[in-house]
Amino acid sequence: MYRSLFSRDVFAELDRLQRDLQSAFDYSPAIRGLGRGGFPALNVGTAPTSVDVFAFAPGLDPSSIDVNLDRGVLTIAGERKETLPASDEKTTLHIHERPSGRFRRVVSLPDDVDPNAVSASYRDGVLQVSIKRRESAQPRRITVQ
Amino acid sequence: MNTVAQLNEQRDTVPAGRPEPALLPPVDVVEDATGITLYADLPGVPKDKLSLRVDGDQLTVEGDMALALPQGMAASHAEVTLSRYRRTFTLSKELDADKVSAELSNGVLRLRIPKADHAQPRKINVQVN
Repeated sequence: MYRSLFSRDVFAELDRLQRDLQSAFDYSPAIRGLGRGGFPALNVGTAPTSVDVFAFAPGLDPSSIDVNLDRGVLTIAGERKETLPASDEKTTLHIHERPSGRFRRVVSLPDDVDPNAVSASYRDGVLQVSIKRRESAQPRRITVQ
Repeated sequence: MNTVAQLNEQRDTVPAGRPEPALLPPVDVVEDATGITLYADLPGVPKDKLSLRVDGDQLTVEGDMALALPQGMAASHAEVTLSRYRRTFTLSKELDADKVSAELSNGVLRLRIPKADHAQPRKINVQVN
């Protein structure tokens, strides 16, 4: 038990357990990884005609979101302003869980996406970036002569 | 040996009396002299899918996501794996649950619960503005 050399912190142990489990299930991640956690949470969906990235980023000004697609790497960046009033003697902050500040997340997309056919929309605090796949990569039926 | 369909069915059937699993939305709670303000992150929840309930001294915030998913989409990476949020708070006596006001914008819910002069516990319906 080499780990017992140091005193155990239960949260550190849980964190380690989570990483161990993750590496056990996902032993060949992409070179740029697809790190979990952090803000905003990301879901990536693949459909036959498009790849959709959902960023769960509530409370943003849509014009301040920076979405970039460069050689198959999608970057979502922006800033979430602190909405809480300045703390003084009259106000007490009881729970503080919502993150604020600058954020940036990067996703590497499949090779067959078309960088000229990207659309992004922000609705109910979810940013949806939809990237069409190239015509040549889409499934099609081949007629036999 | 269970088939995948059977396993999915087992997972989807909710045992009686136990609420189905939901995401716990992160919140900020600020108290000032006149009341409490609660901010909750509920990305993906439109106004009509949000429900606020006060039952006794329990305040429950619940919401379902409505995302525009393209036809035939399969998730290739998912950090958000449930589509429902739920969180319950216990209110204290001096808060007036009768006068709760709520607004939802860009996935952020802001609840204002004013303090009452006299604590009068009762059941009320909360309207979402």
